Amino acid sequence: MKKLLSIFILIMMILAISANLIFAETETPAQPEVVQPQSKLDTGDTAWMIVATALVMLMTVPGLALFYGGLAKRKDVLNTIAMSFVTYCIVSFLWVFYGYTLTFSGDVAGIIGHLDKVFLSGVKVDSLQGTIPEVLFSIFQLTFAAITVALISGAYIERMKFSAWVLFSILWMSLVYVPVAHWVWGGGFLAKMGALDFAGGTVVHINAGIAALVGVLILGKRKNTLLVPNNLTLVAIGAALLWFGWFGFNAGSAVASNGLAAQAFINTNTATAVAALAWMFTEWAVTKKPTVLGLASGMIAGLVAITPAAGFVNIVGSVIIGAVAGFICYFSVTSMKPKIGYDDALDVFGIHGVAGILGAILTGVFADPAINEAGKGLLYGNPGQLWTQTIAVLITIVYTGIMTALIFLVIRIFMKIRVSEEEEIIGLDSSQHSERAYNL
Amino acid sequence: MKKIEAIIKPFKLEEVKEALVLAGIQGMTITDVKGFGRQKGHVEIYRGSELEVLFIPKIKLEIVVPDSLVEKVINAIMEKAYTGSVGDGKIFVIPVEDAVRIRTKEKGEQAI
Repeated sequence: MKKLLSIFILIMMILAISANLIFAETETPAQPEVVQPQSKLDTGDTAWMIVATALVMLMTVPGLALFYGGLAKRKDVLNTIAMSFVTYCIVSFLWVFYGYTLTFSGDVAGIIGHLDKVFLSGVKVDSLQGTIPEVLFSIFQLTFAAITVALISGAYIERMKFSAWVLFSILWMSLVYVPVAHWVWGGGFLAKMGALDFAGGTVVHINAGIAALVGVLILGKRKNTLLVPNNLTLVAIGAALLWFGWFGFNAGSAVASNGLAAQAFINTNTATAVAALAWMFTEWAVTKKPTVLGLASGMIAGLVAITPAAGFVNIVGSVIIGAVAGFICYFSVTSMKPKIGYDDALDVFGIHGVAGILGAILTGVFADPAINEAGKGLLYGNPGQLWTQTIAVLITIVYTGIMTALIFLVIRIFMKIRVSEEEEIIGLDSSQHSERAYNL
Repeated sequence: MKKIEAIIKPFKLEEVKEALVLAGIQGMTITDVKGFGRQKGHVEIYRGSELEVLFIPKIKLEIVVPDSLVEKVINAIMEKAYTGSVGDGKIFVIPVEDAVRIRTKEKGEQAI
């Protein structure tokens, strides 16, 4: 713990010194203006984006925390919730520190942004991003960064040391999320290539899914790999909060209160409902029971798969994407995982990774220019889009995979990544936090 | 005096309780318990993987009655807790040496 604290303080000191230097350098010349001369604040857009941002925050704490917390074993529920909780806090700080500027301010060779907006320097109350305040845009994007890192925790639960997770959150957000988000949304090379990702299929879900898979291969299996949910009521409430919050996630990604936001909204709802039904009927046919966890899992698969496509496809596209996601993800968690043998505790790769890849690829098939002229897929005479989507997916998989492995190797230099066997059996609530979720 | 301990299926509790009151018992204690007999456990399914639950939920009734009521109580439980399928439960009869009502300090059958 002392080691972790000293590493954290060291990182903060280095960043603070670099921030001071940057402030000093950038004081005299004028800040690069985000504001286009014709830009004008729209109060309707601003009001909607404040709501959308709050909705996305709701997805991490409490949505994801309850969803993951309910699925964990009784002795690990608090630690699982804490992983989402602490990640939201860490990313909230690091994003305003350097995350936002490196993602969205300027571009260095298509790879990364500039450091001119460290601590939102130069982002004034009246600075605009399109028709909304830039400071609002930055916090909207903050919530995306936070949930992406928190999503990964579902794979690592019931064995990873809390201190190792804290260090992982800092490093992964800085070295993986920020560059990939810049490539796709911040004007980086994937954006220039024409990759479509409306609300985060590549940036959020493939990114998190691959990190989950690589991480669990390095972490190793738990002593008891069975999924024994401590409270499926929490799971159902958490999943429903995710669905609700996802409207802010996807419809908010229009960054305006307009028809495109409404289209993303209805696409999100439709694909999610269809995916939940697809999972339920598949499970009903295979195991003879339609489980509540199955409904919730199908729901998440649909939400993930429609995310990259939400603002590009028409309603038929959303139905097909939802159906495919529910069906395929059922088999990815029930057949593929046991066959390959990795211990992805809460199926972050099986659901977010697989549905994210499906959604990103299918965006290249179903993107309808009548919905959004920025996207034209295979079915509308542009097979090249499918190729671009595939390349973007592959680049993200390779980069995230390698970087996640490197991050684990670096953490391993400073501390043990796993708890001891005894601590794992006792449970991480007690061993990591000296608390218990239930005292009755 | 005898203590009658009965392990029954949870959904039969209401019927058994009504029959026992009609049979003349003055009070009873119930507990949520888990266990297995010939019924063994059952299987739960979470995301397609089967989880074998070894202990299944039951209700344990504890009733202390005068010797004269023992047969009547046993018969009432047997009749109302019966479904005919495996896992209906068991009844145990245990001798009780004494009983004391704390409030009045009454002893023996007066206390139950």
